[in-house]
Amino acid sequence: MSAGPLSRNPGQPLDLEVVRAIRVNRSAAERRAATIPTRRTVKKQWQAAWLLKAIAVMDLTTLSGDDTAGNVRRLCAKARHPLRDDLTRALGVESLGLTVGAVCVYHRWVETAVRALEGSGIPVAAVSTGFPAGLSPFAQRLEEIRASVAAGAREIDIVITRAHVLTGDWAALYDEVRAFREACGDAHLKAILATGELATLTNVARASWVAIQAGADFIKTSTGKEGVNATLPVSLAMVRQIRAYHEATGAYVGYKPAGGIRTAKQSLDFLLLMKEELGVRWLQPDLFRFGASSLLTDIERQLEHFATGRYAAAHRHPMP
Amino acid sequence: MPTVTEIFETMDYGPAPEGDAEARAWLAAHRATFGHFIAGAWTKAGTTFDVTDPSTNARLARVTQGTSKAVDAAVAAARKAFGPWSRLPAHARARYLYALARMVQKHSRLFAVLETLDNGKSIRETRDLDVPLVARHFYHHAGWAQLRPTEFEGYGPVGVVGQVIPWNFPLLMLAWKVAPALAAGNTVVLKPAEYTPLTALLFAELAHEAGLPAGVLNVITGDGRTGAALVEHRGIDKVAFTGSTEVGRIIRKATAGSGKKLSLELGGKSPFIVYEDADLDAVVEGVVDAIWFNQGQVCCAGSRLLVQEGVHDRLIAKLRARMETLRVGPPLDKAVDMGAIVSAEQLARIRALCAVGTAEGATMWQPSTPVPTTGCFFPPTLFTEVAPASTIAQEEIFGPVLVAMSFRTPEESVALANNTPYGLAASVWTENVNLALDIAPKLKAGVVWVNATNLFDAAAGFGGYRESGYGREGGREGMWEYLAPVATSPAGAGRASTTVRAKGKGARPAVAAAPVTEALPDIDRTPKLFIGGKQARPDSGYARIIVDPKGRRIGEVGEGNRKDLRNAVEAARGAVGGWSRATAHLRAQILYYVAENLSARRDEFVARLRAMTGVTAAAARAEVEASLERLFTYGAWADKWDGAVHHVPIRGIAIAMPEAIGVVGVAAPDEAPLLGLVSTIAPLVATGNAVVALPSERHPLAATDLYTVFESSDVPAGVINLVTGAKDALAAVLAAHDDVDALWYWGTAAGRTAVEAASIGNLKRTWCHTRAVDWFATPDAPAFLREATHVKNIWVPYGE
Repeated sequence: MSAGPLSRNPGQPLDLEVVRAIRVNRSAAERRAATIPTRRTVKKQWQAAWLLKAIAVMDLTTLSGDDTAGNVRRLCAKARHPLRDDLTRALGVESLGLTVGAVCVYHRWVETAVRALEGSGIPVAAVSTGFPAGLSPFAQRLEEIRASVAAGAREIDIVITRAHVLTGDWAALYDEVRAFREACGDAHLKAILATGELATLTNVARASWVAIQAGADFIKTSTGKEGVNATLPVSLAMVRQIRAYHEATGAYVGYKPAGGIRTAKQSLDFLLLMKEELGVRWLQPDLFRFGASSLLTDIERQLEHFATGRYAAAHRHPMP
Repeated sequence: MPTVTEIFETMDYGPAPEGDAEARAWLAAHRATFGHFIAGAWTKAGTTFDVTDPSTNARLARVTQGTSKAVDAAVAAARKAFGPWSRLPAHARARYLYALARMVQKHSRLFAVLETLDNGKSIRETRDLDVPLVARHFYHHAGWAQLRPTEFEGYGPVGVVGQVIPWNFPLLMLAWKVAPALAAGNTVVLKPAEYTPLTALLFAELAHEAGLPAGVLNVITGDGRTGAALVEHRGIDKVAFTGSTEVGRIIRKATAGSGKKLSLELGGKSPFIVYEDADLDAVVEGVVDAIWFNQGQVCCAGSRLLVQEGVHDRLIAKLRARMETLRVGPPLDKAVDMGAIVSAEQLARIRALCAVGTAEGATMWQPSTPVPTTGCFFPPTLFTEVAPASTIAQEEIFGPVLVAMSFRTPEESVALANNTPYGLAASVWTENVNLALDIAPKLKAGVVWVNATNLFDAAAGFGGYRESGYGREGGREGMWEYLAPVATSPAGAGRASTTVRAKGKGARPAVAAAPVTEALPDIDRTPKLFIGGKQARPDSGYARIIVDPKGRRIGEVGEGNRKDLRNAVEAARGAVGGWSRATAHLRAQILYYVAENLSARRDEFVARLRAMTGVTAAAARAEVEASLERLFTYGAWADKWDGAVHHVPIRGIAIAMPEAIGVVGVAAPDEAPLLGLVSTIAPLVATGNAVVALPSERHPLAATDLYTVFESSDVPAGVINLVTGAKDALAAVLAAHDDVDALWYWGTAAGRTAVEAASIGNLKRTWCHTRAVDWFATPDAPAFLREATHVKNIWVPYGE
């Protein structure tokens, strides 16, 4: 199933009645989340293919205070060439021309990354709007978006003001995301909800819905800096809003779990969840991404095991 | 085989088979042919029948058809083991049960794979649900074995237990039966279902390898005939059965009058109620767990979907979308949702019922999901536009078939939910806690799940109301099923009480003439029946002469008949709703008030007792005083017969709530005609039941005097009804009345047999006694209160 280009989510006027009617039963969501990895599994070449897909939808990320041009360039090299050639040959997937989905950095390193990725087609994503807390002056946050877009970022990962959610000020949240979207221009907007700070799944679901109505292209769980990051129950609460919005409007919105996804097994669980809840269309990079930094290495090890039958060591794979 | 590149595009699931080599090796080690497991050893295989894998129809093994000789041998082995086993210190039995729990865990995958081969259910379910619950059950009951002497003081094992279990959860049902039986100190003869005997045989073998003494657990295989021979066997003290309501009736009939303790866990047509404020995405997954779990072959499956009208269409659309993603396939595949139906016969039955549903005008919908064409498979199925009266809305289908109906108001949802002869489980979906906790107690079901379904745990009792059977499995409430007061021997017939044989209406006793005196004659006082709060003349228009011990006429009472009972039951049914909802404080107050008013008329009752029974004044006074105390005892209990909160392994609680059974008939004892009546109706009234009592046949006049006490004590009309007459004949009418929920009987062995046999109509609970009781002794009030209530377990997961 190849992904035809989708038109962007145009957004909708805010409907508070719909927002307030959204309820998520936590225990039920947890039960469903717990059985997704036990009801489904992929083995052998299916597992290999699914792990390759996990690479293709990965936003290879570095968001550290000690980032330098050097390690950003190294990351970009890995993004172009995520798998060792011998493994690519052993898997018979040379024709895929596999790369990751995007490289995700702070604004400071957007230009560096854009240059390093030139010709690869891999977009650069910039975290923005006072990431991770999102509490810098509003005008500055808008300016940050514009600056990153001007520097060549094609995707902007914004953070929302958590206080709007915790106080139920949905109009303020809507206006904020709407303004960010306008500032993005043609760049795609990923709305980071920082779900670990939203207290309840019902809040997560309502915030998801409001961000989608405000025109988010993607909704994303976490900055990676909160105490709790991407989980399967939170993902259920979010992707079900994407589904409901699609059913209501026909528009497609993407999903990006980020933070804490470190193992190949975890990445498969999220892919299973997407396929089960939204269908295979949502397994393509234009509608699904992982935010991850160390995940790729574990996936490489698992793929090597599949290709060679031997368990792999991390140091035998080029580090990002 | 698709290439990695191709799968990268399609993102299909591939095959993910669980290996079955170990299970097949176990079968091969037995040459795939089994005898019974009796007294710690295999018997030689006799006449065998085939056990098949329903997903392929291939034969797995041959097992032996149990003959009556085999049943004799198994019961004898259990009887022989009973003495030493029951005399073991509690701690020793606890160690054995613990060893069984460990044994199950050690061999968990072998059990899971063998179960999947034999039954056709998915390996996910046997691996993640069945087997872990089995281990949990033995752990939990190792605890009860340890605590029995202190927590069930005065109670001991029943004896040898015969257990017959179904094919839908073969190993789990074994655990639910065997664990409490052994924990209480009983020994067991178990007959697994003919379709699925293999895990029980494996369990027996491994249990003995784990050190379980010979004869404590015996497994015999066979079909219904073997089961019948087991339940009818004279050496069995208790029968525990899980299976169809139809077979439950046969067993009730077969054991009637035998003195065997009986628990039945039968069918259901459980409602799954969705209110408009529910989390509909959560509901959809709940439905999946309710009716497409174990291919819908679950006694408590939420098979009737009741949806509030405003969200009906939206939910049905969501359900259909979800059904498209369900995977049906080889049960050993780790990525299927549904495996095979257990047998070709069962598959044919499901198909036939679906055809009836379509013929009756309901709309059948099935997803486009591929279903294997060989083996016993059936796709997930949804019926809409179903009328409550249609066959598929009434009958248990026992397959992956959901019927959906809509309702308008919470009140209507309760009416629809309870509109079934069954009462096993219910599921309630709403985000409104007020609504959930209002509805849960109104549902006639032994288990209610709030925003959840099919949750099970060893700590929480499971079992039904109405035609879903009686008795509980799991928790403290389940242990009572396997215990008996130490004072009574298991099944021996005690001294029968001296009930006067019912005679025809024409057979009037010879009456000694009263001497003529010169005093004014008393104004005639005509005791009537007491029905619906009114004194009622008997429908028959006949009176029954009551004589004193010397044969002198001391009065007449109405000759009640079936129409009087019909009216009394109607009155009780009308009263019981309000009475069961009345506060316990109010019920206590009314019982105290009855005592107050009875006390005021103490002398009159003393005189009446003396005249009727010829006892001394002191004895009669003692009986009245004891009656007053008894009323105080149950008045005291009314607001203290509390439930419990079970520690189940979820974030949430399971509330074990004792509930009134409903309309209860009481055939009161003859000895102590006042005290016996008070002692039997007070616990029922205290717990919120409405009573139709048959007072002592020989000495009814204290009872007929008593209704004027009730009238003056604010007892609501219909809560207590008294019908005098021929007790055993009337009791049989009550036993056969389908709107009587339970019947307590004190009387003869013949009367007991008749009552138990007639109870099968609605499978009412019976509590029968043929021994004389010392009513003056301090009663075992909790025993009466347990019989006056059943425990509803309400599971409330929480968390925002």
